[in-house]
Amino acid sequence: MTVEDTAERRVAITSVRDSARSLRAFAETIGPIFTVCVGLVIIWYAAAILLNAPWARDQAQRAGTTISGFALIAQTMAQLRPVLPAPHQVIAELWDTVVAKPVTSKRSLVYHAWITLSAALLGFALGTGLGVLLAVLIVHNVAADRSLMPWIVATQAIPILAIAPMIIVVLNAIGISGLLPKSLISTYLSFFPIAVGMVKGLRSPDLMLIDLMRTYNASAAQTFWKLRWPGALPYLFTSMKVAVAISLVGAIVGELPTGAVAGLGARLLAGSYYGQTIQIWAALFMAAAVAAVLIGLIGWLHRLVLGRMGMAA
Amino acid sequence: MSAGWLAFAALFWLSAWGLNEWLVRVRPADVSAAHAINIAVPVIFGVTVLAIWEGAVRGFGVPSILLPAPSMIWERLIASLPTLLADFRQTFLKAVLIGYALGCGAGFIAAILIDRSPFLQRGLLPFGNFVSALPIIGIAPIMVMWFGFDWPSKAAVVVVMTFFPMLVNTAQGLAAASSSEKDLMRTYAANYWQTLFKLRLPAAAPFIFNALKINSTLALIGAIVAEFFGTPIVGMGFRISTEVGRMNIDMVWAEIAVAAVAGSVFYGAVALMERTTIFWHPSVRGG
Repeated sequence: MTVEDTAERRVAITSVRDSARSLRAFAETIGPIFTVCVGLVIIWYAAAILLNAPWARDQAQRAGTTISGFALIAQTMAQLRPVLPAPHQVIAELWDTVVAKPVTSKRSLVYHAWITLSAALLGFALGTGLGVLLAVLIVHNVAADRSLMPWIVATQAIPILAIAPMIIVVLNAIGISGLLPKSLISTYLSFFPIAVGMVKGLRSPDLMLIDLMRTYNASAAQTFWKLRWPGALPYLFTSMKVAVAISLVGAIVGELPTGAVAGLGARLLAGSYYGQTIQIWAALFMAAAVAAVLIGLIGWLHRLVLGRMGMAA
Repeated sequence: MSAGWLAFAALFWLSAWGLNEWLVRVRPADVSAAHAINIAVPVIFGVTVLAIWEGAVRGFGVPSILLPAPSMIWERLIASLPTLLADFRQTFLKAVLIGYALGCGAGFIAAILIDRSPFLQRGLLPFGNFVSALPIIGIAPIMVMWFGFDWPSKAAVVVVMTFFPMLVNTAQGLAAASSSEKDLMRTYAANYWQTLFKLRLPAAAPFIFNALKINSTLALIGAIVAEFFGTPIVGMGFRISTEVGRMNIDMVWAEIAVAAVAGSVFYGAVALMERTTIFWHPSVRGG
């Protein structure tokens, strides 16, 4: 065995060990999540059988027959309006409304999701702008800090989602309709985490750094753009993840009072009017998927921006 | 007349602003005066908002179906106190409190149960984190179908909404005790439950109270929004949606005022409980 051989083997062993380690790390994170998901699906199927069985038995009794065993289980999986639809029914409905229907169709879930998403995104953008503005004001003005901050907290005591119907109706009455009323609800919900997070972030540079800026004879604007703003960015992204999730909730709830015209909230309401449980579950999953994508996007932006700035995300 | 109201609002605003600017610059010698100023500043701001609201509504002659004046809302609140009380009892005392207790309790117990299994923790916690970010409110129609129109369906929505924040926060809190503290417990030959009750739960208390505070606002919103999907003819959400339909906007605002006060008192009660229970913790002690 030559020296090169040993070295080569060592390299090979290390690389195998490395890949084994990364594989184990992968298994340690994905494995448990996967197991939990599988467990949930099993529980879901069991619950579907249990909850849907009474109706199936009732139907059989009315038809003068009895139903049991596999026939009963098969029946609970294939009801038109089940108490709890089985997972594959929801997936079939999702496939049908997302892939099989053209995007422009009113029965396409993508169409409804887009309507909700556009309202949520507009509201989120407005809310982020408002939150940042308030935070800048609070950090730079003592009176604003003392008088505004308690009321920013108090605004969240008003259950805005509860008065969403009134806001929509009132704004409709003065001629504002369509996207904006829903967005305003999202704005109201999303400005709060942004404002609170940004106040914390803009104050995060410690006294020594601020003193350093002073020794450089930096103006207030220079201190803001070169020290406070970069320091606040990690806080901004963390708050944005919270804000985007709740602005989606705001847009969905904002669609409830407009009479179920379009959007994910409208699908939920229409589903509950007509007892279309499969449609409700499909809309819920779509909403979850949209939320996941939005949060993922902001997380990606977070890493990208902080990476470019040389900060570890 | 209308110009007078506008002038009143503008004058009130300017003088209150000036007063606040002066108050925050005063450096009082004794502590109680400083404390009073800390309370006075936001109160003055709030009163100013109400005064501008009143002045602007009267001055511009805003129709009361768009935005009623605060005085009008107050009159309505006093006049329809029995209705508001019945709604409060239905929504807050039944749906919110029961759902909150069940949801937080279940989340707490679930966190303790999965505490001994790192595998379940790694599987459930990311899941719980993800679910807390979802529009859970959407399950309201399903719960109304399952549990009927009365308060149990609303309580069920509240249970689901409060469960995951509690689970995630408690699990995080249970991991908060440092390893040197845990080692100390081991040198005392403390068993799992002793370590849990004497070290890890107290260390987790700030996280648990954080979840309790988050959940107090979530619970109220969940119960009210769930009522939009079907209720008996009483309840805060029911009242808001029907009175909007009848264009009784002042009644809606009265209901909102009740909801805001109930929400703030609920949150305040939890915060007070936190201060009295974990008075020893740096996050409370530091002020």
